[in-house]
Amino acid sequence: MPGPPGSVVGVSMAAALRFRSAVALLGRFPALAGVDLDVAAGEIVLLQGPNGAGKTSLLRACAGLLPVVDGVAEVLGHDLRLDRRSVRRSVGLLGHATFLYDDLSVIDNIRFAVKASGAGDGRLAEAMAVLGLDGRLRGVPVSRLSAGQRRRVALAVIVARAPELWLLDEPHAGLDTDSRDVLDAVVRDAAASGATIVLASHEHERATALAGRTVTIAGGRIVDDTKPVAVVAPSDPAVAAPPEEAPAAPAAVADVARSEVVHVA
Amino acid sequence: MWRDAALVAGKDLRIEGRSRVTTNQVAPFAILVLVLFAFALDPDRGVLVKAAAGLFWIAVLFSSLLAVQRSFAVEATDGARDGLRLSGLDPAGIFLGKAAAVAVQLLALEVLLGVGVVVLYGADLHGPLLLVMTCLVSTVGLAAAGVVYGVLAAGLKVRETLLPLLTLPALAPVLLAATRAWETALGQGVDSGWKWVQLLAVFAVIYVVAGVLGFGPLLEEA
Repeated sequence: MPGPPGSVVGVSMAAALRFRSAVALLGRFPALAGVDLDVAAGEIVLLQGPNGAGKTSLLRACAGLLPVVDGVAEVLGHDLRLDRRSVRRSVGLLGHATFLYDDLSVIDNIRFAVKASGAGDGRLAEAMAVLGLDGRLRGVPVSRLSAGQRRRVALAVIVARAPELWLLDEPHAGLDTDSRDVLDAVVRDAAASGATIVLASHEHERATALAGRTVTIAGGRIVDDTKPVAVVAPSDPAVAAPPEEAPAAPAAVADVARSEVVHVA
Repeated sequence: MWRDAALVAGKDLRIEGRSRVTTNQVAPFAILVLVLFAFALDPDRGVLVKAAAGLFWIAVLFSSLLAVQRSFAVEATDGARDGLRLSGLDPAGIFLGKAAAVAVQLLALEVLLGVGVVVLYGADLHGPLLLVMTCLVSTVGLAAAGVVYGVLAAGLKVRETLLPLLTLPALAPVLLAATRAWETALGQGVDSGWKWVQLLAVFAVIYVVAGVLGFGPLLEEA
């Protein structure tokens, strides 16, 4: 019998994520400035922190979209510093963007994403039904959908793909109450099936109820782990400063940032 | 790789089928180019017949820029390019799929423009096989080179203006060779025309190989 949501009871204790002093750059700014994080398979982890803390960057790094240039970064057993492409088929990312094609219909978008990921389309119908997309919305071009409906389509893609690692960046944003409830149920089901979920959310009550563990990131570093804390403006200016006002990074990070070898768009 | 290529080509062609940008904008643009050349060059002097091959390929060249630009514009909306990278598709397959979709659109345009050249310019077809082979081989080269330069410019804010700057000089050999081959096919040339097809084939092979090998890193940087 599966354990409570977010726990690792009944699922493999293998590490889904292992980051050690991981550094990732956005331009010359260290978006991740030495992240240390372990997430076990089957965990639901809430990533919280103020705007600009590095939540999105960490999720994109986990998905292999943002290169990690220093430290250790392993996701689902893949060393992202050696090869960040091979992990992508095992990862589902719901970001600020939905990754959908405006001119394609809902069903065409989902079918393309599922086929592209190499997953079978056995869960496609179920995913569309769960997300309420199997009715009149099925053949509607995505360009005609509302923001919340687009978000549901993007979520349906992940549900249909059933990846090992779900990376959800503000997943509740733009969704109505019913859709948020569906999202929470979907996330719990996925975790019960053994998937690992890392979500970043400012919907504090919902997200903490969902997650078994809360990790706080600030200034590109993990500053708190294991217990939920309220997101407040940090007193340390190093924590919340925007990129252009950020203080000097640690020496090792600054060395990497100075490297002419690494260029990140 | 081939499965991924078919998937991407199908997706791009489906998008074009739904949006009708090629049929409603690119094709009229190409025909307009032919008509404007007819206005600019006096048809009574027979100049149009002599220049028909070059004008045809200039119209194709300009249309190919629009097709390539469109091919990458659809990947720029709502993070679709990130979605493509996240999909885990083989980059070589993505390249071949996008090039195939562009090539299909260009071939359809070439048929339309070919009819336009015959009707508007009064050109006679002397070598249909040479004409068709020139179109096929040139189209592969145009599509492959266009997609390589398209992904190179895709991530830049100035991509709309940069793409023609990058692509037009690189495609000059196609314009030259295809025009010479077509001159022969239209009864205006001085040689057999097939050596130009061979040059076009070399060009196409170079850019297909470059795309298959280099598209992945270029897509990551885009």
